[in-house]
Amino acid sequence: MTAYIARRVFAVLPVMAVVALFVFFLLRFAPGDPAAIIAGDDATSETIAAVRAKLGLDRPVVEQFLLWVWGLLHGDLGESVFSNLPVTRLIAQRLEPTAALTLATLFVSVAMAVPIGVLAAWKARKLVDRLVMGFAVLGFAVPAFVLAYVLIYFFAMQWQLLPVQGYQPIAGGLWPFAQSLILPSMALGITYMALIARVTRASMLEVLQQDYIRTANAKGLATDRVLLLHALKNASVPIVTVIGIGIALLISGVVITETVFNIPGLGRLTVDAVLKRDYPIVQGLILVFAAAKVFLNLLIDISYAFLDPRIRY
Amino acid sequence: MVAITDDLPLAPRRFSLGSAIRRNPTIAIGAVLLIVLIAIAVVGPYFVGNPLKIAPVNRLRPPSERWWFGTDQFGRDVFARTIYGSRVSLIVGLSVAAISSALGLILGLACGYFRRLDGFVMRIMDGVMAIPSILLAIALITLTRPGLGIVIVAIVIPEVPRVVRVVRAIVLSIRSQPYIESAIAGGTRNAKLLLRHVLPNTLAPLIVQSTYVCASAMLIEAGLSFLGAGVPPEIPSWGNIIAQGRTFFQIAPWTILIPGAFLATTVLAVNLLGDGLRDRLDPRLARRL
Repeated sequence: MTAYIARRVFAVLPVMAVVALFVFFLLRFAPGDPAAIIAGDDATSETIAAVRAKLGLDRPVVEQFLLWVWGLLHGDLGESVFSNLPVTRLIAQRLEPTAALTLATLFVSVAMAVPIGVLAAWKARKLVDRLVMGFAVLGFAVPAFVLAYVLIYFFAMQWQLLPVQGYQPIAGGLWPFAQSLILPSMALGITYMALIARVTRASMLEVLQQDYIRTANAKGLATDRVLLLHALKNASVPIVTVIGIGIALLISGVVITETVFNIPGLGRLTVDAVLKRDYPIVQGLILVFAAAKVFLNLLIDISYAFLDPRIRY
Repeated sequence: MVAITDDLPLAPRRFSLGSAIRRNPTIAIGAVLLIVLIAIAVVGPYFVGNPLKIAPVNRLRPPSERWWFGTDQFGRDVFARTIYGSRVSLIVGLSVAAISSALGLILGLACGYFRRLDGFVMRIMDGVMAIPSILLAIALITLTRPGLGIVIVAIVIPEVPRVVRVVRAIVLSIRSQPYIESAIAGGTRNAKLLLRHVLPNTLAPLIVQSTYVCASAMLIEAGLSFLGAGVPPEIPSWGNIIAQGRTFFQIAPWTILIPGAFLATTVLAVNLLGDGLRDRLDPRLARRL
């Protein structure tokens, strides 16, 4: 077990190294003159030169790279081109809303999608199953921001049950905090839920055909015990895999969801940085988001070892 | 010995549209929806008004007989804009699907077949896949001037690894098959082996995967345009129409909900086609999902 976990942890390093190389060389090999584009259309040649110096583009590539990696290893993601603030501080200030929204969506989606999938597999080909599959197909087609506006239209404008937009920090009380997250996490979670429900159903259907399920039923075990203890546990590996794969959906979706609901998180920071073409911030955010995704997937990988003791690779 | 009677269906059965639809309803529904949408995108713009014409007198009119989908805050006709927008979505979806499939096929064949290349290329693919696709596209767009071409490139890069993984996995499972071994033993050249014996096996999953890439590309393009990082704002794409409707959503929800419904329907059509093709062409995968 320890060897397996150690191998998984070390496998993270090359992936993060490629991510870091990628964002570094993207700036250096971008077509045209990135400094001129970042400085804007009506920039003077002095401004462009200043931006170029700021990004270090006036120095040899090898020197730039070593300086950048050295900073990275010390937790230094560089400075914003326009505000001159350190990127790490800008990210730290915006971390709470994004972490709250992503984790809330993750837990709520899993807590809802897995039972839905189990129910659909248990009632396979009945009405419930068809409804769940219909929801799953729709969930893949409706974009998060379109669903977000539909939800705002009904829940906030027509029925006035929930706030239209905005974020309440957790320090300001649990209920306002939760209220401000309900609609965003529904919009963000729909594709993720559809994915998990679909895979749960498929995985359960396969397990429910096994001999030991027939035995469990034949010896008179209650249905809920058969479904949850015998079937779900054996169906869990593909479900956990897809929970991990889907984290990418959440991280991509959070940028858009925060924009719709005016949540001052990392997603808003990304969009503001893109509109101002503040590349150091975009670069830092990519590293942070990729690291979050890789870390969550590492946890998933490690959980395999507990779910299925046969897995050792 | 039993005499073989001639009532066996030896002659190829005539193709019947009715039975084809009954056998694969999802392919039929997806294909019909998609054909209608492509027809709208191709000929629609010739029949609607000018999507860019500003008429402040008619601003924020709700859907009516004169403006089927209402007007936006500049008095522009949302119906005309939505019809034009279908072009952008379909161009992006189809070209990203075609380019990513071609690149992914080449890289996947190379990785699965030439084992020395595999480790290196797959490490890069793992790294690219670790970056959320919309952020990767955003990073590229931050560094270039806005345009349709750069949006397509920015979506192709994160989609390629997904195709590579599918193709590579199939090549890996095929190369240990006896018929490949005997072809190698018989002295078949690499190029012929890849093209004649390996490539055909990858096509069905590749087609299925490319429909998913197409759907995902249309969603990413709309998302990028919505964030202001996609096609230039003066082009009426669905993402741009929705982005420009944001400020007035509470007064004029039609500027967002109608193009949104078109986007969802298009993605749904492509996904249905993909699901149907997967069930038909790739039964092994179909059972897993």
